Amino acid sequence: MDYFLVVLFQIAGTVGNLALISVGLAVIFGMMRVINLAHGEFIMLGGFAAIFGVQAGINIWIAMLVVAPLSVAFLGIVVERLIMRRLYGRMVDTMLASWGLSLLLIGLATTFFGNRVVGIAAPVGSFQIGTYSLGAYDFVLTGIALAVFSSGYALLRFTPAGLIARATMQNREMASSLGIEPARVYAITFAIGAGLSGLAGGLLAPISGVLPTMGVAYVAKAFITVITGGASVITGTALSSVLLGSINTVSTFLTTPVIGDVALLLAATIFLRILPTGITGRIFKGAP
Amino acid sequence: MSDYLLEAKDVAMHFGGVKALDGVDFRLRKGELRCLLGPNGAGKTTFFRCLTGTHKPTRGRILFKGADIAGKERYDIARAGMGVKTQVPSLFDGLTAHENLWLALRTVKSAAEREARIADAMERVGVSALRSGVLGRMAHGQRQLVELAMVVASDPDLVLLDEPAAGMTDVEVDRLASIIRDLNRTHTVVVVEHDMHFIRMIADQVTVFHQGRILVEGHVERILADQTVRDVYLGKKHV
Amino acid sequence: MTVMALSRSGGVHVALAALAALAGIVILPNAAPLYTLINVTLYMSMGVFALSLALLWGYGGILCFGQSAFFGLGAYAYAVAAINFGDTTLAAVFAIGVPALFAAGLGYFLFYGRLSDVYLGVITLTVTLIFFKLINSTGGDAWRIGAARLGGFNGIPTTPLLTIPFTRIPMSPAQMFIFAAISLFSTYALCKGLIVTRFGRAVIAVRENEMRAELLGYNARRLKLAVFVISAGIAGLAGLLFANSVFVSPTMFSLSMAAQVLIWVVVGGLGTLFGPVAACFALQIATAVLGKLGIVDPNIVLGLVLIIFVVFVPGGIQPAFAALLHRLMDIRADRPVAGEVAR
Repeated sequence: MDYFLVVLFQIAGTVGNLALISVGLAVIFGMMRVINLAHGEFIMLGGFAAIFGVQAGINIWIAMLVVAPLSVAFLGIVVERLIMRRLYGRMVDTMLASWGLSLLLIGLATTFFGNRVVGIAAPVGSFQIGTYSLGAYDFVLTGIALAVFSSGYALLRFTPAGLIARATMQNREMASSLGIEPARVYAITFAIGAGLSGLAGGLLAPISGVLPTMGVAYVAKAFITVITGGASVITGTALSSVLLGSINTVSTFLTTPVIGDVALLLAATIFLRILPTGITGRIFKGAP
Repeated sequence: MSDYLLEAKDVAMHFGGVKALDGVDFRLRKGELRCLLGPNGAGKTTFFRCLTGTHKPTRGRILFKGADIAGKERYDIARAGMGVKTQVPSLFDGLTAHENLWLALRTVKSAAEREARIADAMERVGVSALRSGVLGRMAHGQRQLVELAMVVASDPDLVLLDEPAAGMTDVEVDRLASIIRDLNRTHTVVVVEHDMHFIRMIADQVTVFHQGRILVEGHVERILADQTVRDVYLGKKHV
Repeated sequence: MTVMALSRSGGVHVALAALAALAGIVILPNAAPLYTLINVTLYMSMGVFALSLALLWGYGGILCFGQSAFFGLGAYAYAVAAINFGDTTLAAVFAIGVPALFAAGLGYFLFYGRLSDVYLGVITLTVTLIFFKLINSTGGDAWRIGAARLGGFNGIPTTPLLTIPFTRIPMSPAQMFIFAAISLFSTYALCKGLIVTRFGRAVIAVRENEMRAELLGYNARRLKLAVFVISAGIAGLAGLLFANSVFVSPTMFSLSMAAQVLIWVVVGGLGTLFGPVAACFALQIATAVLGKLGIVDPNIVLGLVLIIFVVFVPGGIQPAFAALLHRLMDIRADRPVAGEVAR
């Protein structure tokens, strides 16, 4: 029974983790059809921002929840202005340019921050279930993921800004002929997406440490989660996080963490073969 | 082998709950020039796509030269001898007109024969002057004609044309009509069209689609005088 | 340049390349220091790798982000086979055959599922990352195939060198250099030849317009699968050459390897063959020099180059260079190269 509970908590933790690292990518992909291959580096920079914040004496929660997302969102605005704006509608080119950005950011981070892992202590401890000890921080992550997703859902579903966002997502020509300026929507979207990636990076800093090349580990996972999710940014990413997170945790328990990751990627690949448009492309069509 | 070149039996196509085609029976003899018409959403384009292999019909059989092609791959149907011109010109935009036609004649082994047929098809459609032009830089009407030349070059048993006059100027439409009538001297042709004026220019026999079924079939003037057909079109397009 | 124009200029290009290869084979092994010789051998292995993607992406229109999967697979297949058989000639066949077979399986899955470009890119990228993870976790004695230990992140430092066929004498660096030069040239000639054949034109037709190609009776999926398999075989050959100039390690599957080959093709020009090879040589020399000087992290250079080319020189250098040449020589090209590049 204890064991079962532990597995359940682990699944919740993995799902929350997956959802957090994917949501920034999902927002940018879902709204703009831009696949941001520098997503992992946005997470990395969020981590560095949080760590530098803490080192500068800022409260760790503020560093993780405010400093990290804001600094990466700012970077997102710059990147959108300088690079992405020139490439809208050229999906492959945006992928390539963002891959270039990814390499550039890794190079810059290595040059300025050094090629070693830096970390901060988790702000909360652990607790016991029977004989098992679990990190309470996993719950914080899952809680924040839940908060991000439910507020995102509410924002898209119930506010005028959300309506504009959904309209642009579904038909940009129509939206612009109604007087909505797509360039503005895109700039804001890119900043929000980058900010969410930064938030994920900040929150991951205490558990995984921060390293200039850490982004590589996240981009593929996030990517595959978003695409498995399909057209709907919030619902799709949430559902595919649950699906893939469960597969990942269960196979990790049965074998090793490496096999667990491989199982996640493999499951997603097979899944996409069966449902090429993702979960929300077929089943939950139209949800935000 | 049946008496018909093309014979559709009880073809149905459902998209989710929508019945785009609801039991179509259709027969076409060799040498005919037949127009499929009907208002938007009548099912004529869906039927056309079932013939080309773009859609898999939910139900029914489509016999082409006696063999069932329903649900077969596009390329298998093409190899069986069906030449298709799509509604929006579908061409190799980065290549020249000559190269586009070359690709349509891949099965011709002899280079001399291939060149002769390319020249002949271009002559017939009147695009010889466009021979070395890149498709991506041609006007819409020219692209329509090159695509037609491609279909002609491959010398299919059945030519399917989906709204070939769409987006053409009046002069181009006149020319297209005479090209299609000329083509019919040697080939069986099916044209999907909703422009009455153009149909009158080319057709003899017409089949009218309405709400996923065939409403009526017969000679063009008799059909256009038919009250039911007028009712179907009323308000949408004056005959 | 269009297909016909290609077939006209193809012969000249191949002849020029043959001349260059011949000059290299005659001059370098005698004149250059060993270090340079080995490095150039390495660059040439990468050149073959660049060609594999130049063919697949530039002519097949298939966006493969995980080309490094075939590169690494070829090298590992070679190393494992060579250690087990003790004979490298058969192992070399494995280096090409195993990635090609793997591509056949993967490609069947991808193309017959009619996945779109972007998903294809993502899935191939995922595949190479899976290999990277798996191979990295194969440290220790438990992970072996026959007599070959996979060695985890250390790779297989004991990768046997290719021997001269029917003997047991390993090739000298000079012989390896010549072998690499011949491989690079033959691959180039093969690709050049391939794109003017009936098959090559059909592949280009599918790239240009898949639906139209099918309406003309071309089996688009089979054509894509075929070019995918050929490209994987070429990447495997590149892996074989790489394994013989360095050694086999999981970095061959890494994201940066996957990115590099993409950058060479983008910089060299999509839809060209010579450009990607030239870009591959230039960028490798540049990163090697920069790395040695320690001024800038190579990633910064690669990243900037990729961004700048995508944003400002989307056609790549070969077409840009050709256009410049035309303008300088005041030749009015009746058909600018844009037709081939703009897709």
